Amino acid sequence: MSQGTNTREDISDIIKKWKKVEGSLVMMLHSVQSRLGYVPRWAAMEISKETGIALAKIYEVLTFYSFFKLTKPAKYQINVCIGTACYLKGAPELLKAIEKYTGLKDGQTSEDGKFSVMGLRCIGCCGLAPVISVNGKIHGQLKAGDIKTILDEATKGE
Amino acid sequence: MIKAKINGKDIEVKEGTSILDAARVANVKIPTLCKHEDLEATGGCGLCIVKVKGSNKILRACTTEITEGMEVITHDPEIVAVRRSVLELIMSNHPKDCLTCARNQNCELQRLAAEFGIRENHFPNVLNSRKHKRDNSAKGICIDTSKCIQCGRCVQVCQKVQDVWALSFLKRGIKTYLSAAGDIDLKDSPCVNCGQCSAHCPVGAIVEHDETREAWNALSDEKKYCVVQFAPAVRVAIGEAFGYPVGKNLTGKLTSALYALGFNAVFDTNTGADLTILEEASEFKHRLTNGGVLPLITSCCPAWVDFVEKNHGDMLDHISSAKSPHEMVGVLAKTYYAQKHNIDPKDIFVVSVMPCTAKKYEIGRDKDMSASGYPDVDLVLTTREIARMIKQAGIDFNNLEDRKGDDILSAYTGAATIFGATGGVMEAALRTAYNLVTGAELKDVNFKKVRGLKGIKEAKVDVNGTEVRVAVAHGLGNVDALMKKIKKAKAEGKELPYHFVEVMACQGGCVAGGGQPYGVTDELRTLRAKGLYKEDEHAEIRCSHNNPAIKKLYADYLGAPLSEKAHHLLHTHYTKRNKYQK
Repeated sequence: MSQGTNTREDISDIIKKWKKVEGSLVMMLHSVQSRLGYVPRWAAMEISKETGIALAKIYEVLTFYSFFKLTKPAKYQINVCIGTACYLKGAPELLKAIEKYTGLKDGQTSEDGKFSVMGLRCIGCCGLAPVISVNGKIHGQLKAGDIKTILDEATKGE
Repeated sequence: MIKAKINGKDIEVKEGTSILDAARVANVKIPTLCKHEDLEATGGCGLCIVKVKGSNKILRACTTEITEGMEVITHDPEIVAVRRSVLELIMSNHPKDCLTCARNQNCELQRLAAEFGIRENHFPNVLNSRKHKRDNSAKGICIDTSKCIQCGRCVQVCQKVQDVWALSFLKRGIKTYLSAAGDIDLKDSPCVNCGQCSAHCPVGAIVEHDETREAWNALSDEKKYCVVQFAPAVRVAIGEAFGYPVGKNLTGKLTSALYALGFNAVFDTNTGADLTILEEASEFKHRLTNGGVLPLITSCCPAWVDFVEKNHGDMLDHISSAKSPHEMVGVLAKTYYAQKHNIDPKDIFVVSVMPCTAKKYEIGRDKDMSASGYPDVDLVLTTREIARMIKQAGIDFNNLEDRKGDDILSAYTGAATIFGATGGVMEAALRTAYNLVTGAELKDVNFKKVRGLKGIKEAKVDVNGTEVRVAVAHGLGNVDALMKKIKKAKAEGKELPYHFVEVMACQGGCVAGGGQPYGVTDELRTLRAKGLYKEDEHAEIRCSHNNPAIKKLYADYLGAPLSEKAHHLLHTHYTKRNKYQK
């Protein structure tokens, strides 16, 4: 996503919308992330400038919640639930299979920005354990052997 | 008042007192690594745990208020055992390289480990995976996060007390680490090098940028003519490193020690303070009588100057253009003194001994700091560094004979020496400004309303029928209210709330600067300041404009205050700066 005028305007609209509401920093950051996929430094600086909230504080919040991303997301974001149910049902094996496919461990992003792998807890559908999501699409009740098929399918046409 | 029992002893304390503070009344010390008198309790370290009768919980003394009838046990075998475990856990995540640490023998964690008699490391270093960073990018202070015990004092000082917001904790839980705003280098952050983080750090995670090696190198370089000066606040704090009572004024012994270190001449920054007053009070008179920009705001504190350049870019025309006292002495050492003694200024090496870490930044802040054609001050050492050098040199400080400094750059008045305490610059400036405006001398030179530790102090002075309103702020956290008040009056075109304002970055002023001996509290601030006010009270001359050395300096060399030469050598300008470089 570019840093074009529209993007800047969108961010500035987001800030304007939430600025007057006290305690709305998290909502502002949420909106920025849903617009850009992450919270770039320039957006955090803009929030700081417009609201008077110190950048140090904004980063305390940004790094406190693992939900917030500070770097541009990969094209294919693979999230693996490692909550209790998924973990017991085989999430570690899924992570191994994903590593075999992408070369990435939990928390890593490939240099070309194609894949990112992130362990999360929890996605909220323990009945489907173990669960992964690829760009938001949920795949449940998986075995390690299913990973290749899912990722081949997701990246078809690359 | 609240009546309670601590270890069976009846005590009476004010309502709202924490168990930690109440214990002191009972002459009991409860250990803590996070609570500091200047700061809010956070219950971070977990060492101050106590038992309260009727409760089966172990409570933290710092965050628990003592209540009527409470019976507190602060020490029993079980409590001590739990404290020992907490301490061992903190130590499990702390390097054991005490011998090479800047806080060796001066570390709160080390002291507790010694007191608890810890002889083994029971816990493996499980948290070693935490992100560690050494940040030596700032001029004044260095951060080594591997030593950080995450007590949070520095963050609280930086954010709440100083309102600087350079430091913060990032991430959470075992991944938490200390960093400048959003993982940048300190030099790119809003840090103003005030060093209050280092003054409050219980361990060696934040320390002054040690430059004693550069000082030794210069002293052993035969081609260099080394001169040194020391600030007002240093003389009443240096003694703490040598077992003297807090606040003892040791000007003569310190001068003697500096000669013993091998300096060719010892100057006194106090001479520069008197000179600063002449320039600044003249500037004030000029602005007051010619409708210039008011209030005039003092500029001797480099952390404040950095802060105002980064945070109040619209106020720069209010800041006095007079340089700080040690910069004035520095430039005169390489011009006036060099000419008098026929020494090539390029060979002169000027060292300033300061209570301050920001002075390390100040000497390179702008090209005006090289008005002599060379860096006017070559090196800044803090009080802590010079104490170490004196010890390294084997100088028996306590038995030194008092000595006087150099003939031409060390005479000072009582007005100069009080520069080291909050309100001191204002008081000194008022004494001289009164004389400059009215031509008369004040009957009573004491301005007690601007003394003391209240965050913002205000006073009114009658100067020939004109009411001059002044304000004094110390601790950068107190500045915002003052600036808002001034800006509001300006914007509304109303009468200005003040004509003259003094700001010092550190609470208590330079006596409690970021480079002073460790362990500062309000009690120490008061005692150190008392040492300075006592010297002023007994001084023969108490107004800067009556200092014969300053009169001679103007007659011989500078002409008059605000002369072209004075402007070139003794004044500077300010630039709006970005708060974040990245």
